[in-house]
Amino acid sequence: MKKKKFEAALERLEDIIHALENKELALDDALTLFQEGVDLYKQCHQKLEEAEGKISMILEENGQIKQVPFTERED
Amino acid sequence: MQIKVLSVSEVNSYIKRILTNDPILHNIRVKGEISNLKIHNSGHIYFSLKDSSSKIHCVMFKANSDRVKFTLEEGLKVNIRGYISIYERDGQYQLYVNDIEPQGIGALYLAFQQLKERLEAEGLFDKRYKKELPFLPRRIAIVTSPTGAAIRDIISVIKRRMSKTELIVIPCQVQGEGASASIIKGIKLANALEDIDLIITGRGGGSIEELWAFNEEAVVRAIFESQIPIISAVGHETDFTIADFVADFRAPTPSAAAEIAVPEIREVRELLSTLNKRLCYTMSSNIKDKRNRLELFKHSYSYKYPYANVYDRRQRLERLLEDLNKQIKSRLTISRGQVKAYGERLHGLSPLSVMARGYTIALNDEGKVIKSVLQVKIEDKLSLSMGDGAITCRVIEVVKEDKSLEKEKI
Repeated sequence: MKKKKFEAALERLEDIIHALENKELALDDALTLFQEGVDLYKQCHQKLEEAEGKISMILEENGQIKQVPFTERED
Repeated sequence: MQIKVLSVSEVNSYIKRILTNDPILHNIRVKGEISNLKIHNSGHIYFSLKDSSSKIHCVMFKANSDRVKFTLEEGLKVNIRGYISIYERDGQYQLYVNDIEPQGIGALYLAFQQLKERLEAEGLFDKRYKKELPFLPRRIAIVTSPTGAAIRDIISVIKRRMSKTELIVIPCQVQGEGASASIIKGIKLANALEDIDLIITGRGGGSIEELWAFNEEAVVRAIFESQIPIISAVGHETDFTIADFVADFRAPTPSAAAEIAVPEIREVRELLSTLNKRLCYTMSSNIKDKRNRLELFKHSYSYKYPYANVYDRRQRLERLLEDLNKQIKSRLTISRGQVKAYGERLHGLSPLSVMARGYTIALNDEGKVIKSVLQVKIEDKLSLSMGDGAITCRVIEVVKEDKSLEKEKI
């Protein structure tokens, strides 16, 4: 999931829902797909809620790149 | 009065002095059309300025031509500021150009148009190069001035919509000398950082001169070459820069860029929960459907009367057997009739039946059938085979008769 982009997960979820709409799907296959869908939903939800959301700024001092917390400065 | 003889150099030098001291010619403005344009490797530019009936040689040295934002073109109508002097070596006077401006429109506007056309022809703005913006970027790099309204707007809008997104400000100079190099460095740095999903670059509104860095070819190319999708957000809605054309998405303002960059967390939550509901609904309806079908099967004929099929088949089998018997019987009757007919025909052909009609077969000693009188002699012993026995007798007389005629008559 880490590698999988959020939108790719959403797309897969959409695909799974479409697949489940097919009534000819074998019960075993349907259950496997459903499980995958539930996992995807959980992962997306987690990804959405768990991000840190910090704001930082890149500073260059003597050719060294540093990342420091961003503080707004006036002109 | 004797006129002094002068050298060519002296004449040209004298004329030069006159020309350069002239109050008008030492600082004039001339309008005309560029022709015979030559750009020398040294960076000096040579051309003729002409109107419908006359022309003048012009030269613009590198130090001055470097400051020209637009590209000089054949046939371009321009206003020139400079001075008239003489090129002593050739004895040719010419217009030394300090400044040049396109007629009617501003120099920057023309430069903008020219670069835009050139890069467009090169395909830099083609849709196929546009990278898709991520739906939910986790880390966004903002390449802009760390002070001012633009960065403030971008940060506040993003935080309001999607507080979880991580923001990395890459400070750069957005106007004045060195601005373009600074922006390019920022874009490259953003590409070098780990896991950046999106770049926003831009600045707040300003004059065309203040926004100019975003019209510099090097900046435009840096945006084009970025591996990470870029949203441009330069100035106000009405300000268009070439960076806007090459960027993967053009936002009319920095705030708009922030809105485009991230979705509202509330909307994403809703989307997710809708998907989840649909997932559960389709699954349960799928199961319900299967249960219904099972129920339907329970009431089906074949479930209720599982042997019906067997009975049907058995009945059919019996009928077939009956048919088979009937067929065999009729075949036997026919065959029997045939055998009888053959027997009767065979009986008609049997020698016994001939003998029954009174004929006799004569056999000699060796039991061979005698068909001709020439086969017997007097005193030969013959056996006459009859229908009910045999008679042994001796030949008393042999009479030869020709019976063939009679035979033919028959």
